[in-house]
Amino acid sequence: MSALVELKGLKRYFDTPKGKLHAVDDINMVFEEGTTMGVVGESGCGKSTLARTIIHLQQPTDGQILYKGEDITYPNRKQLRKLREEMQIIFQDPYSTLNPRYTVEDTLKEPLVLSGQYEKASLDKQITKLMDMIGISGRLRMAYPHELSGGRRQRVGIGRALAMNPKFIACDEPVASLDVSIQAQIINLLEDLQKDFGLTYMFVTHDLSVVRHISHNISVMYLGQLVETSPSKELFAKPLHPYTKALISAVPSTDIDAPRQRIRLKGELMSPINPKPGCRFAPRCPYATEACHQPQQLEEILPGHMVACCRARELNEDLLAKGQEGEGNV
Amino acid sequence: MNENMENRTEREEMPERRHGFHRGGKDRHGEGHDRHHGERHGEHREGHDRPHRGDKFLNVKNLWVEYTAGKRVVHAVNGISFSLRKGESLGVVGESGCGKSTIAKAILRILPDHGARIAGGEMWFKGKNLVDLSEAEMEKIRGAEISMIFQDPMTALNPVKRILDQVASVIRLHNEGMTKKASEAIAIDMLKTVGINEDRVREYPHQFSGGMQQRVEVAIGLSCHPDLLLADEPTTALDVTIQAQVLDLIHDLMEQRGTTLILITHNLGIVAEMCDHVAVVYGGEIVEYGTKREVFKNPSHPYTIGLFGAVPSMASDGERLKPVEGVMPDPSDLPAGCKFHTRCPYATEACKDGKVPVVDLGGTHRCQCHHIEEVRAKREKEAATV
Repeated sequence: MSALVELKGLKRYFDTPKGKLHAVDDINMVFEEGTTMGVVGESGCGKSTLARTIIHLQQPTDGQILYKGEDITYPNRKQLRKLREEMQIIFQDPYSTLNPRYTVEDTLKEPLVLSGQYEKASLDKQITKLMDMIGISGRLRMAYPHELSGGRRQRVGIGRALAMNPKFIACDEPVASLDVSIQAQIINLLEDLQKDFGLTYMFVTHDLSVVRHISHNISVMYLGQLVETSPSKELFAKPLHPYTKALISAVPSTDIDAPRQRIRLKGELMSPINPKPGCRFAPRCPYATEACHQPQQLEEILPGHMVACCRARELNEDLLAKGQEGEGNV
Repeated sequence: MNENMENRTEREEMPERRHGFHRGGKDRHGEGHDRHHGERHGEHREGHDRPHRGDKFLNVKNLWVEYTAGKRVVHAVNGISFSLRKGESLGVVGESGCGKSTIAKAILRILPDHGARIAGGEMWFKGKNLVDLSEAEMEKIRGAEISMIFQDPMTALNPVKRILDQVASVIRLHNEGMTKKASEAIAIDMLKTVGINEDRVREYPHQFSGGMQQRVEVAIGLSCHPDLLLADEPTTALDVTIQAQVLDLIHDLMEQRGTTLILITHNLGIVAEMCDHVAVVYGGEIVEYGTKREVFKNPSHPYTIGLFGAVPSMASDGERLKPVEGVMPDPSDLPAGCKFHTRCPYATEACKDGKVPVVDLGGTHRCQCHHIEEVRAKREKEAATV
């Protein structure tokens, strides 16, 4: 498996009257082709900005974005045109991101027409094919967004993203606004499409059970920074960063026989404007010491499992010991 | 007599003196054990004997609510019955459009003036039938005895009023003659309880994060020590860690005051954590009801099973989700017979018409379905093969 997209020290800052807002701060990430990278974190941690920066809806402030090994941080017109076809996005709110005056057909047709690759006759066929793929029945072809349920709207949003046969899709909370049974239908659809077309997903969400289900790898963000990244199952079996642990422990479980030990976090996110150096989680962290006020480095503690916490080793002695014995079972 | 009981007695009889916001009732187990019965007719004041988890205190019987829009009639709630004792908590689970929010609005009688009406049924709350009360009587109950936390704090809070004013005005409304200063003192105390520092109470809602806004709502909801709290998706807009904080807060307040809770949500995990009883609602009907253990360990309605199948489990190994196929029928055009038959894998001719039997499954567990035996057999078979 090769890396489709690679981020190197990616930064996206915003100027505000109060100073620089560090929305995305020095992110290194690798998206392996055909896999799903889940990005989790609380609102305001920069996960959506990261998604938008990768697909060039936002200009990076600093750092590098590599696509198939090619530097596309600041693409020229021709490169951008190609990228717009190959990198797509699915938005959270399927209502406000569909044009209310466009029928399903119009929405799906627009990118196809713009590409100039389709004759009139093949255009129709392609739309039918797309609708088939996303599970929208033909009778809804002329329906407007307000006539569709939330789940169907999201299917249309997915169809629009798929129209140009993209390689990489950033899914920004694609199921957050949907009911549970519809959410499950959309997740199944995304999984099927990945299998059929070898798509690479970036799956941005705050729902840990969804991300665990769909992702191969997961990155945890806190206030613009990457605090931990790991293969999906291992992250839940052996969370190493105190923030990851708190996050996982806060998910309500449907297992009524195993009441979870919740780690109570105090306070809220600090302001991302002109943050102090050092671990940004330290003010809420129950294990914070003096050393945490120094900048933290992402360190590979287990194979493929990186964490940005200077106390990760000493705090997780038991978990790490377990890892060495049962490596094969993870 | 402990502090809590005195507090409440004072409150019932001398509302104008209800100043101090004492955090009473920490020792709820030490309360009087003699239970009075026949409260339905209102001779007894709750405050005198307030047994924790005692008598029936909310009893909703065969409630029907409909909305009319032109010639269309939307049957939102279709004959729902449930009852709760003091201090109990009920989770109402279902997807959008199933009528779960309408139930809460009906109890509080805040259905929209035009087009909505309670088409039948009774709602007994502390001996009074809420359906029969006048608007003026209802006004006294709202906020003071029954209050509600809404889903979206951004729209529920007034954007041009300071946080403190919003909380204090509710307190003044239910305590005639209270000075502004006194009400603000209580409000500040209340806001502190929900974790909002005094130095921020004079800010406006937009200066608060979503989690803090939601906590303000919780503070308003609890500021008059309601006996019944209706929480409509109180944490849906929040991050998990903040969600956990808000749930902890509601939980603590229930423990301290013996507040009865109706929690409306689509998140089964939250129900597992917060509630004693579960009502699964589909098409405006309770299709399954029982204690948390009965429903979670032994889900019997095909829809309930579908709900569980749709949630990615934190324990599963990435198996494909098994959601209910299709979409919720339009509530203005509900199918005859079992409302779920259009999506149900077990549906037969019998389901398409007529009344569906409510099957008693022992304990408080009941389920409205023709095919319980088959559903069970299939589930047991599946469990055996895993």
